[in-house]
Amino acid sequence: MYFKLAWRNIWRNKRRTWITVAAIGFAVFFSSFMKSAQLGSYERMIDNVARFFTGYAQVHALGYWDDKTLDFSFEANEDLIHTVRKSAHVEVAAPRIESFALASFVNQTKGSLVLGIDPEAENQLTKLKSKLVAGDYLEADDKAVLIGEGLASYLKMDVGDTLVMISTGFHGVNAAGKYVVKGLVKFPTPDMNNQIIYLPLREAQWFYGAENRLTNIAMIVDQVDNTNMVVDKLKSELDTEIYEIMGWEELLPELVESIELDYVGGLIMRYILYTVIAFGIFGTFLMMVNERKYEFGIMMAVGMHRYSLQIVVFMETILIAITGTIMGILVSLPLIVYFYFNPIYFTGEYATMFESYGMEPIMPFSMDSEIFTGQGTAVLIIASILALYPLFAIFRLKINQAIRG
Amino acid sequence: MKVIKANQLTKVYNESKIPVTALSGVDIEISEGEFTAIVGPSGSGKSTLLNIIGGLDNPTSGYIEVGGLDISTLSENQLIDFRMNNIGFVFQSYNLIPVLTAKENVTFILLLQKKSKQEMNARAEELLNKVGLGDRMNNRPNELSGGQQQRVAVARALASKPKFILADEPTANLDSVSTANLLDLMAEMNATEKATFVFSTHDQRVIDKARRVITLEDGKIKSDEIKS
Repeated sequence: MYFKLAWRNIWRNKRRTWITVAAIGFAVFFSSFMKSAQLGSYERMIDNVARFFTGYAQVHALGYWDDKTLDFSFEANEDLIHTVRKSAHVEVAAPRIESFALASFVNQTKGSLVLGIDPEAENQLTKLKSKLVAGDYLEADDKAVLIGEGLASYLKMDVGDTLVMISTGFHGVNAAGKYVVKGLVKFPTPDMNNQIIYLPLREAQWFYGAENRLTNIAMIVDQVDNTNMVVDKLKSELDTEIYEIMGWEELLPELVESIELDYVGGLIMRYILYTVIAFGIFGTFLMMVNERKYEFGIMMAVGMHRYSLQIVVFMETILIAITGTIMGILVSLPLIVYFYFNPIYFTGEYATMFESYGMEPIMPFSMDSEIFTGQGTAVLIIASILALYPLFAIFRLKINQAIRG
Repeated sequence: MKVIKANQLTKVYNESKIPVTALSGVDIEISEGEFTAIVGPSGSGKSTLLNIIGGLDNPTSGYIEVGGLDISTLSENQLIDFRMNNIGFVFQSYNLIPVLTAKENVTFILLLQKKSKQEMNARAEELLNKVGLGDRMNNRPNELSGGQQQRVAVARALASKPKFILADEPTANLDSVSTANLLDLMAEMNATEKATFVFSTHDQRVIDKARRVITLEDGKIKSDEIKS
């Protein structure tokens, strides 16, 4: 009976209810869409940065993270790599040796980031092969390099030219070598593009005088949310006196900070939107109560308890909120699904602007269920708070005054 | 048997500001099964007296007993239950729940009393047939005329078989034909349902039909006439 009364009551003034439902629907649609784009860009950002730089999680020697030198490299052993690879949720684990070198060609020299990689594992990790714009991809036993297109352009070199590299190796040994450029890779992030050099792992170990040593094992996890689980598991399995296991949030604190900052911006936008909508909903509730005081009085006069009446009115407010939320989700869901599979690609000046910030010129969308549950919860909380007004009005209602009209 | 007893009933509104005395020392006794009209000009205290008898308002002072119970001692929830089980109300107009059909309006109180669905339907159909609206059971109030709405209100007031029917100017918004029909109907209900009817009115047609007429003026009883 309560539900029947509440449901019929909300439709007694169809136009007003539809306006309120539409306002809530619009708020849910707009904030879902906005949040989906926001989370999508975070996911893409995390994926981009984590994949190319650190992995979603990483195993390295204790002390390496504070002093990223080859002195804190560790001995690669098959058991260790096997333990990491067989760990639940780990999709790929790629051993790396990372350091710096001066790269020269003819009269040009540039400081570069050198990444010694297992070409097969690295391709699974970063889809490196797909970034190839000239030449061929590396083989494990090659004595050649892949270099960023920006670096090649700076050094004025091309595929087939020989790159000279000078650096300091393990325990301070001199490191020097010359390598044929086997291919050029292009990254959307200028930092990567202008300084990266890939060497096959064995060759990089030889170059740095760090035979069979690694600086880290980078991992890709099946879902970002599972990263901490993987980290905890490995911490329990590996000797933490020797190894340190870190997730992307620890590895990339600047990224976490910029995401949090941006998230707060979005949150403020959503708060403003919901505040505006809340006033609209409150207007409806205000009219709903004022024009029905007589009716409330009659219902209580004939035997309906105050609390029963409050239940009916509370249900009305929640039903309006739920209807609006469902409408908003129904409108936003297909759009979000579409853009999830067909993200928006920017071209021209927009694309240049994105790239200058080291980001791909793309607006991806997320389908995280939290987008919808979050909006639904927010609307229900707002409606519940606003419903306090009609509940309070009924609480204060004097029957004899109400039935006098 | 006296079922309504009021002794030195006084009601003063706005005591803290400018006091308005609606009732001043009213003594009244009404017997079971009476068909009584409380009459008087506007502001004479008719509705206030009816509201106090119905437990919708409290007297400022004095004693009020309805059905053998001092209702001024009851809590709000007890009063609501008392009204639900003992009193049927008919108000001036627009007093039906607009989103419910005629039948649902009649069953509303039975639902609050947690009667079985079968019992509710049987009683609603019986009463709506009695008031001549057997064919309008599924119509909502806005699909009924004023007279029809008041007949549904009478049926609703009688649904729980209350001991008392209190009607506050029930014919105020009705035309003469609807008024006559409604009065006939209430007189018949008074006879068949054995409920005690008390009206507040200044409609001469109601006064003519009543068997007892209590006249109020300035919150006091001016006359109390029992027709032979």
